[in-house]
Formats: sequence, structure tokens, C-alpha cells
Amino acid sequence: MLTDFPLFPESASTMAPRVDGLYFFLVGLTVFFSLLIAGLIVTFAIKYRRLTPDSVGARFHGGMALEVVWSVIPLGITLVIFAWGASVFFAMSSPPDEAINVYVVGKQWMWKFQHLNGQREVNELHVPVGRPVKLIMTSEDVIHDLFVPAFRVKADVLPGRYTHVWFEATKPGSYHLFCAEYCGTQHSGMGGQVVALGPSEYQNWLASATGGSMASAGERLFADMACNTCHREGEVGRGPVLNGLFGSTVRLQGGRTVVVDEAYLRESIVNPSSRLTEGFQPVMPAYQGLLTEEGLSELVEYIKSLEPAQPVTLSMASTPGGSERTAQ
Amino acid sequence: MSSRGVLLPAHHYLSDFGAASWLLTRDHKRVALMYLAAVTFFFFLGGAFAVLIRLELITPAGDLVSADTYNKLFTMHGVMMVFFFLIPAIPTVLGNFLIPIMIGAKDLAFPKLNLASLYIYVIGASCTTYAIITGGLDTGWTFYTPFSTASSTTAVIPAAVGIFITGFSSILTGLNFIVTIHRMRAPGMTWFRMPLFVWSHYATSLIMVLGTPVLAITLLMVAAERLFRFGLFDPALGGDPVLFQHLFWFYSHPAVYIMVLPAMGVISELVAAFCRKPVFGYTFVAFASLAIAVLGFLVWGHHMYVAGQSVYAALVFSFLSFMVAVPSAIKVFNWTATMYRGSISWDTPMLYAIGFIGLFTVGGLTGLFLAAVGLDVHVTDTYFIVAHFHYIMVGGTIMAYLGGLHYWWPKMSGRTYNELLARVSAAMVFFGFNLTFFPQFLLGYLGMPRRYHAYPDEFQVLNVLSSAGASLLGVGYLIPMVYLAWSLRYGKLVGSNPWGAVGLEWTISSPPPTENFAETPIVTWDAYEYATRVEGHVA
Amino acid sequence: MPDGVAHHPALAHHFEDLDQQREAATLGMWVFLVTEVLFFGGLFATYLVYRSWYPEAFAEASHHLDIVLGTINTIVLITSSLTMALAVHAAQTNRRQLVFVFLVSTMALGATFLGIKGVEYFHKFEEQLIPGSNFEFEAQYFQHAQLFLSLYFVMTGLHALHMIIGLGIMTWMLAWTWNGTITDAYHSPIEISGLYWHFVDIVWIFLFPLLYLIGRH
Repeated sequence: MLTDFPLFPESASTMAPRVDGLYFFLVGLTVFFSLLIAGLIVTFAIKYRRLTPDSVGARFHGGMALEVVWSVIPLGITLVIFAWGASVFFAMSSPPDEAINVYVVGKQWMWKFQHLNGQREVNELHVPVGRPVKLIMTSEDVIHDLFVPAFRVKADVLPGRYTHVWFEATKPGSYHLFCAEYCGTQHSGMGGQVVALGPSEYQNWLASATGGSMASAGERLFADMACNTCHREGEVGRGPVLNGLFGSTVRLQGGRTVVVDEAYLRESIVNPSSRLTEGFQPVMPAYQGLLTEEGLSELVEYIKSLEPAQPVTLSMASTPGGSERTAQ
Repeated sequence: MSSRGVLLPAHHYLSDFGAASWLLTRDHKRVALMYLAAVTFFFFLGGAFAVLIRLELITPAGDLVSADTYNKLFTMHGVMMVFFFLIPAIPTVLGNFLIPIMIGAKDLAFPKLNLASLYIYVIGASCTTYAIITGGLDTGWTFYTPFSTASSTTAVIPAAVGIFITGFSSILTGLNFIVTIHRMRAPGMTWFRMPLFVWSHYATSLIMVLGTPVLAITLLMVAAERLFRFGLFDPALGGDPVLFQHLFWFYSHPAVYIMVLPAMGVISELVAAFCRKPVFGYTFVAFASLAIAVLGFLVWGHHMYVAGQSVYAALVFSFLSFMVAVPSAIKVFNWTATMYRGSISWDTPMLYAIGFIGLFTVGGLTGLFLAAVGLDVHVTDTYFIVAHFHYIMVGGTIMAYLGGLHYWWPKMSGRTYNELLARVSAAMVFFGFNLTFFPQFLLGYLGMPRRYHAYPDEFQVLNVLSSAGASLLGVGYLIPMVYLAWSLRYGKLVGSNPWGAVGLEWTISSPPPTENFAETPIVTWDAYEYATRVEGHVA
Repeated sequence: MPDGVAHHPALAHHFEDLDQQREAATLGMWVFLVTEVLFFGGLFATYLVYRSWYPEAFAEASHHLDIVLGTINTIVLITSSLTMALAVHAAQTNRRQLVFVFLVSTMALGATFLGIKGVEYFHKFEEQLIPGSNFEFEAQYFQHAQLFLSLYFVMTGLHALHMIIGLGIMTWMLAWTWNGTITDAYHSPIEISGLYWHFVDIVWIFLFPLLYLIGRH
């Protein structure tokens, strides 16, 4: 324990080298300027030390050119760092389309993971090496934060919303997973690990799942909660058709539009009147508190799985009791 | 140095005895000393919590105190240090004492309001201290919701109310300084003849006055939510926890400039005095203070890059955060240039000043790591952040505070302290500080999150180094308390200008008379005219 | 001050003359009012964010406020600013009686405002619109209407608190007018109190449309 301690974290994702590159540049910059200033100060302190009690320093006038130089150069350097950091951040904020989704629920003081095939894990997350993984996360209580140092990823996990983070592991291994937003008594105990498996091991691991996928669980929930009373397959009822809805652009009351993603679907179940689809009455009950976060994500996955039955054009003419749909 | 023939002035601001002469004083100098006692108390109280934290972190397991106790320790350490020490210390002790004298005035614009500010501070700080005794506070000094409003079972409301009250002390102090600097300058004391210490405090006061009210209302909303379940920040009730963060950091980022700008003002004075030459680039340094104050209000979102705000918001805040680094860099270069061909003495205040410049440079440059969004994602909420802000606040502000205290101690008390002990302490502080906090940069990048009671084994060695440094640092802070207190009784008496420095404060007696100036000075010289203005000798 | 030269009794010793004192006091009040703008500003920012997210719920909840009483209160408060300005003018022209009359009128109008506000609060209590365990509202807007009403009570409550403090300040001014401290040579306390009162009025001018007039035509 006391003899073998790391000074630098493992680098186990595609993003890690990019983050480390910027880090080392900044370390170099810091060392350079710190040594420069420290060196100058110490040199001056010795070279110009006071020799007689009454002596005073030299008086200088002007110096505008120098001021401009040492304002402009730092400004230039900071702009470079800004651009570099922004570029890394953009990559961090753009999960690839082919990323595998895993749903994450944080709660005091544990992490729950739901894979699309129905597998559930607690405090341990299995992921494949060499494929991007996107975590769709929410909290059941207070703000948490999912942090995997080896991957250089971190994002707050908020109650009432989805946030996400993505990574692609580059080598098999077991890596620390921490909660990085103070959340109460067992904040430092709310950790676990991410286990990255090679492709064949990962397939084996997936195959060991028992039970149905998230989408099929969501389908059962859809029926149990009687969602199909208003959201009918293939026809407009009191609620919009859900087939093909995910990924489409929907007009909201008030004229704004929204691209339907997991967050919008979740919000529409939990608080339907927040962003109501144009042409529909606010009659859907709010399911806040009636479904667990796991149930919500299963419903979301189910709705995502609903392909359009046939090409449709939905015209949102606003008539009481619903909208008219004209088939194309 | 000799005090042969130096006598204390016949009558000075400390002459009158009696509780009433202190508790009902309108003299800014006495108010400053009472603040000194108060902030020193809270510094050591907050420091005691830090000692316990570092003791716990010597071992990876959480075995010294329970998890809940640990959470209370780091919360109270942060609350005490930020609100009851770092924000008030330099302005209320050194600023209160010196600003009227430095501009040739008899007192601040509102002396009774100044006294009231002191009482408000004591009441607010007592209220929060009461909260510790009756259950503690475990929300972190940042009070994030919904934990603070719906989950924590500790004394959140009394603690928040105490900070709310103390905030008014800060606001009123800032108000007092602003009006004083605008309206009370002696004839001939134009803005650009003022010492840079005054410029720094002016910029600080702008922040105090504009930022603190937002914290006040935010804490009020947290208390209301906790008491009445209003739902302003709790998603379960329709609110947004990220909105709390925006409101909180809108104040709390500028607050760090409240903590560092006065320190920079002190450094300008120390460098000028101990190089016996004007601060290089006076105008640039003055405007840099204002630039920091203004830009400091525009960057709060850099505390929230991973909190769920949009990518574009993050980039705007990142850009502005880089902008605010530039004026600070300008100041560091100017101070360094001031030393060129100066007449440099190595007295204790100068040792602290040099320490400040070095440590502030490191702390400030590590700020660049954090402004870069792509890198901040990895290091935010880790010990890298802890190291960064301690470099600035402890390596920066506290060193400047100690430097200023030592520099103006002879003025305030009429006596000087043991120089050898003082230099030894300064060295202990410098080395202890670096040993404590440098390993934390490494810990942060390794991934050790902050506010952790227990941690993985492989982080232990660096933690042990850090705790070792903390003990050295702690001793380094205790020794000055001893010799400074001792000097009040047994220290050598000094004349009006023991350092041979230039400034209105060095033209009056040590200690100064109650009314500061028998006759209002008429100023015809610039701030640091060493070649023509040095009259006194080293006493 | 050299011996034997009398100075105005109200001149504080650290000032050179009454002018400097008045300028300092006035600047001090303006700076204080800026802090008050930021203080209320946090609430306004919160309000604006939630209103932009939940416009329908806010409009619905706003319709439950009593627009008649709110309008009356607005007129009352604006009138009180007028009487306050007249009090200041009377002080500047050394008409002590009038200062008294106008100060008392301002206070009466202020008290009226607070009384009407109390009545409004009581109505809200009866209608079960006070956020908390007793809150009642249509299901689909429940949460966000409760948000609106929380903001309503915090914002108008804080405003009312400032008015009460204003009444206290004016009582103090009455006392100083009575005992002759306020004269045409020294009346800056009344001017400064006037600044404070006008500020409290202006806050209401913003509160009224934002809280009472959402979605009304």
C-alpha cells in the first residue's frame, strides 16, 4: 500500500489521451511561468538587496510597450487554451449515433444500471471495449455525479431530468467509479467500478441475461398503466400517436418545436402539461411519483422501439377532442 | 534599529480605556481592531476543523470520525473560512484601519454604520456558530439543492440565516468604502494619486455591494423552501436545482475576488515599500483591479460545466473565464517589474509578499486548467479544485493578510515584533503550505473526489504528505499569534515611519491619534514618490 | 475645527462641511438602493426563469390574484410617492407644518397599502392558495401554480417588509421634524428617506404587472 502508489491515472478511453494532452501542455505552461516569475523574483531580491539603510529604488517612467506585450501574450495564450479545451469538450458532448445506451439511476447511496437487454447491475457496470457507450442518467433524490477517472468522464446526475455522458473504453480492466457531487452521509461510499470487457467476453456477459429487454418490460408497463387508452396504435386518440415519435420534430403549443429525445419522453410522462403537443388538450394525468425511474426508462425504451406502422402525415388542426389525421 | 528616544505619543487612539469606549466607538481604527479579534477567532475555529479533516485523511478508511461528522467538519471549515474569515479579514481589519488615513480623511464616511457592520458580523457569525453547536451543518458551504432543502437533517436554517446576516455586514462595509473613497479624499488626493491598496478596496467594494445581495436572497429562498416546502429548487415540487446553482455562483464567484483583490492591494503596498520604488505600471494595476471586478461577475458558470447547462453556455463562460485571468497576470508582471532595480529589504512583510507572488502565480495558472472546459470535466469536484482554491486563498490571501499585518503592526500598535521568529514562521508557512496542497493537485488528477471521508488505498501516500504539511502550516500560523501578542506589551517602540516608507499613514504617529490628522493634509505628490518623499529613518 | 468657530449642530466631526456630509449621505443611499435592486433582482430572475418555462400555469395562477385590490394598492402607493415628494419639497422650503402633513399622509397611505395586502393574504388563505400542505389547484398546473404563488408571497412579503421599514424611517423623520432638526439648511435625511420610499414604490410598479397582469387583456 505504501510502496506502490500512482502519480498519474490510467488512460482507458478514447477521450483520455486528448484530455491528457491538454493537461500536459498546461503543466508545461505552468512550470515555465512559475519558474520564470520565481526566478526573476529571487534574482532581483538578491541582486538588488538594500545595501544602505537610506537607499531607494530607481524610478521609471513609461513602460507602455512592456504592458502591452505582457497583456497581449497572455491573452493569446489563453485563447489557444480556450479553443483547445472547447474542442475537447465538443467531442465529449457529442455521443456517436451508434453508442450503446445504458440507463443509470443514482440514489443515496448507490448506482443502479439498466442495460437495454434487461440486465440490471448495482454499483458495477459492464461495458465493451472498442464500442461507444452512452449513459442516460437520472437521480431519485439529490444531485449526484458519475465520475470515471480512467475514462476522464464526469457529469452531474440530476433528479427530475436526464443527463448523459459517453465514452469508449480502449482496454479491458476494472476502473473506479465515483460519485463526485456531495450527496450526504455515504457520499464517499457511493462508488463502484466499470468493468470493460473484450468483445467476446462482453457478448458472453450479455448472453447471461435472464428476463426480457427493457423495451419488453416497458411494453408490459404501457399496458398495466393503461397508456393505450389514449395513445392508440396507429390512430390518433386523446393523445398523440407514439409510433415513430422518437427522433421526430414535434410542434408544441405556443409555436415552439422540440426534437423528441429520451428527456422529452420522460418529461411528457411525468409532467405532460409542461411541453404539450400542439392540438391536444391537457388531459393526460401526471405520472410523477407513480412510476419508478427504472419504469420510466423502460417506457422510454418501449416508445423508442415503436416504428411507424405506415408513413403518416400528422396535421395538427386544433379541434376540440383531438386532431385529425390525414393519411398521406 | 533603535528605539532610543522613541516614546509613545501622549495621546493616541488606544489611550481611552473602558468597555464603552470600545463597544460604542466611532473610530474606524478601533473597529478594525475589534474585527481583528473576531476574524482571528474564526480563523482558528475554521482551522481546527481543517486539522480534524487532515487527521482523518491520513488513513484511507473513515476511522477517526463518523461519515456524518466528517461531512459537518468540511462544511463548517468552508463556511467559517469563506464567510467569517477570508471575505471580511483584509477589508475589515486593514481596510478599515488604513483607507481613511491613506486618503487623508478623519474617518470613514459613516462611522456609526461601520460599528453596526461589526455588530452585524458578530451576530451573524454567532448565529451560524450556534448552528454548529445544535447539530452542525453538513451541506457543504455551497448549500446545493435539493440536498440542503429536502434531504439534510442538520441545522441548515440557522446556518443560512447567520450567513445572511453576515452578508449585510459585508454590504455595509463595501458601501462605506465606496462613499468614503468618492467623497472623503483630502484636497489634492486625486484618484490617480491614491495608493493601490485603496483602488483594490474600491473594486472589492463594488463586488461586495453588487454580489452579496444575490447570495442573501438565495439563502433566504433556501430557508423558505426548507421551512415552507415552497419548491423553488426542488424538482419534486416543480423547481430546478440548477437554478439554485446559478444564483449561488453568481455571488460566490465574485466572492473569490472579494477575497483576493484586497490581498493584491496589500501586495502592491508591500512591494512598493520594500523595494522603495513606485509600483511599475500604476495605472494598469489600478484598472486591472476594476477589470477583475467587472469580469468576475460574468464567469460564474465555470463552476457548472458538468451541472447540466448547455454546451454553448459552457463555452461562453469558458471564454470569459480566460479573459479574467489576464488582468491578474498583468498584476504579477507589474509587481515583478517593480522589484527590478529596487532597493529590496528582506523584512518579514516582503517575505510574505514574495511568497504571495509565487503561490498566486501557481494558483492562478491552475485556474487556466479549470477554465478549459474539456479538462475541467475531468478535474472538477476533485482535489485539483481543492488545491487550486487553497493556493489562491491560503497561498495568496492569507499570506498577503499576514504580510500586511506585519507591515502595519508597528503603525497600529506603536511597537514592533521579533523579526527572527517572524521570518521563521513565514518560512514554515511557505513550506508547510506547499507540502499540504501540492500533492492535492496530483490527487485530483488521479481522480480523488472532494468531500470524501474515505478513499481508495492508492491515494494514501499523497494524503499523508498533505497532512504532514498541514501540521507544519498550523504551527506556522500559531507562532505569530504568540509573538504579536507578546509585542503589544514588550515590543520595541517605533516612531512614525519604521520602514522608511512613503504613504500618508507613515506621516502620523504610531499609534495614530484618534482624529488621524491634526490638520487635513494637502496632497501634491504621487502615491509612491520614494526619491523625494522618504524622510524618516528606520527607527 | 479651530476653537471659537461654531458649526452646524448636525455636522458630524469627520466631515469638512454640511455639503460634504449631504453628498456622502446621498451617495450612500444611492449605493444602498443599488444593493436593493440586486436583492430583489435574484427573485425577479427566478420569477422570469420559471415564467418562461411554465407560462400557462403562471397565467392561470395569476388570474386567482385580486386585480381590483392590486390596482387600488398601486394607486395608493403611487400617491404616497407624490406625498413623499411634496414632503421633501416642503422641507426644502422650510414649511414645517407641511412636512408634517405630507409625511403623515405618506405613512397613512403606506399603512393602507399594507392593510389591503393583509386582506389579500387572508383571502389567499381562505381560497387555499398558500403553498404548503393546504395548497389546492387544478391538477394539471398544480406544481407550477404553487411555484408562482410561492414567488408571489416571497416577493410581495419582502416588499411589504421594506414598506414597514419605510414607515419606521418616516416615524423617525416625523420626530426630527417635530424637534426642529429638519430645516431648510439641513433636510438631507428627508431627501434620502424619499429616495428610499420611491425605490419601494418602483419595486411595486414592477411587481404589479408581473404578478397580477399575466395574460389579462
